Amino acid sequence: MHKEAISRVDWSALREDFPILRERVNDHPLIYFDNAASSQKPSAVLNVVRSYYEHENANVHRGLHALSARATEHYEKSRQRVADFIGATSADEIVFTRGTTESINLVAQAWGGRFLHAGDVILLTEMEHHSNLVPWQLLSERIGAQLRFVPVHDDGTLALEKLSSLLTPEVKMFAFTHVSNSLGTINPVVDLCQKARAVGTVTLVDAAQSIGHMPLNVQELGCDFLAFSGHKMCAPTGIGVLYARSEILKSIPPWHGGGEMITSVTLEKSSFKQPPHRFEAGTPNIAGAIGLAAAIDYIEGIGRAQIFQHDVDFATYALKRMAEVPGLRVLGTAQERGGVISFVMDAAHPHDLTTFADRYGLALRGGHHCNQPLMRRFGVTGTSRASFYFYNTREEIDRTIDILQKAVGFFK
Amino acid sequence: MNPELADLEELYQEVILDHSRRPRNFGELADAAVRVHGDNPACGDEIHLAVKFNGDGGLQEIKFTGHGCAISQASASLMTTKLKGKSRDEVEEMLRAFHDLVTSGNNDAPKKLGDLLVMRGVRKFPQRVKCAMLPWRAVEQALRQSEGEATVSTEEPEFA
Repeated sequence: MHKEAISRVDWSALREDFPILRERVNDHPLIYFDNAASSQKPSAVLNVVRSYYEHENANVHRGLHALSARATEHYEKSRQRVADFIGATSADEIVFTRGTTESINLVAQAWGGRFLHAGDVILLTEMEHHSNLVPWQLLSERIGAQLRFVPVHDDGTLALEKLSSLLTPEVKMFAFTHVSNSLGTINPVVDLCQKARAVGTVTLVDAAQSIGHMPLNVQELGCDFLAFSGHKMCAPTGIGVLYARSEILKSIPPWHGGGEMITSVTLEKSSFKQPPHRFEAGTPNIAGAIGLAAAIDYIEGIGRAQIFQHDVDFATYALKRMAEVPGLRVLGTAQERGGVISFVMDAAHPHDLTTFADRYGLALRGGHHCNQPLMRRFGVTGTSRASFYFYNTREEIDRTIDILQKAVGFFK
Repeated sequence: MNPELADLEELYQEVILDHSRRPRNFGELADAAVRVHGDNPACGDEIHLAVKFNGDGGLQEIKFTGHGCAISQASASLMTTKLKGKSRDEVEEMLRAFHDLVTSGNNDAPKKLGDLLVMRGVRKFPQRVKCAMLPWRAVEQALRQSEGEATVSTEEPEFA
């Protein structure tokens, strides 16, 4: 990446933008290493949300008064901001949802319910988060479709050599994650989408772990659907996005019914708006959408290439230091990886380690990370996970190593 | 001592770590009357409990296998050493007293909890109560049936 540009980012100054990073936990400075679960929020985002409620709050698309006009304008501007951020052709390709999970459920139920049939195959991978597995299980049980999985190698990469035998013409959907939330593996999305398109398979990319961490453009990826959450990229919880290519989105029947998504309603039947509003029944999360646009501004102010390089440097340094801890084993050693590290320790079960670490102010995640099949694949019931973001420091890694060393002594 | 260490030392007392490393009554019970599989789906901890009753319905033999965190495994090991040979009423009384101990840290816990009092540190870690209670949920289920197999979970019964 661009070394000079990267060196210009004053990473430690960025920490000042996050009030919560000044918290103390159990009388220690907080070390927040649970960013794959949710990121923290900068003042820029918090202020925009507060300002919205203080100066613009009203319902969107229906009031003729000034506040409703302001709220509607800000909400729809945020949609355009998202479209630009991911390289969508138009804001009409952006549906606001509650998050990645709801986005994928929308596709499985509304698109899958209309276009998939008994005998069709849905191709997933063994490393999917439950949110990109359970919706497809529910759908396949309902319509009699089959699920098929791309296996995962011991190093945490996908068994791409098996793809040609798995990606057959019966496969109508290939849904996979961009970055593994447990192993940190970055999957070759461009290649996967290209191969899927070659056999006429629709693709969905789960970008929950990548969206706030690296440059991402749906035209370059070549995917049909892309799902992500705001809260892992500095935005509030409860707001997410489903991107779909325009012609596909237009073909999907309504999902949730209610206000906001109709053009006219009689007692017997209704007609529906065009996308994206067809898929946004009821009052949307207006403040969340506005907060998401503010988070995008914030992240682009730093630079996604810079954030990615920070992730890579950070993971490299963390892996090097973790190798010093006796009895510590990292799961997933892919070359292409983001800032997520899963590990197990001989000395302590992941839950004991998480409890121990928390007493020193270190927030790790312990457990299956909504990845039970993947954990089984690696022969463990759970792992400890450290996941990073650009506001983390090397000094925090060093303190983490001290805490892990202490744990080895404590549980010995 | 640092305050964080005080809580941790209380939770992970040497006795608990010892039981988690070298669990007592760990193994199969060939002629068990009841087998209960307890699991904590949130973290993957598993306890497979096997019991044999005496003529009065008391616990003649009790053994377990399984895997999981130090708290769940030590709790199972301590529980089996304590409950072996106890009558049904005694087991039920101890179940209630133990639950109080790890949830409210009730310091008036009956003296008869004995060795089990080492589990008191759990009360300061509410997220770990399920780990400590898992083997007790299994024994509770074992008492409800006189024979056969059952499964208990720390979560609500599932919709299937």
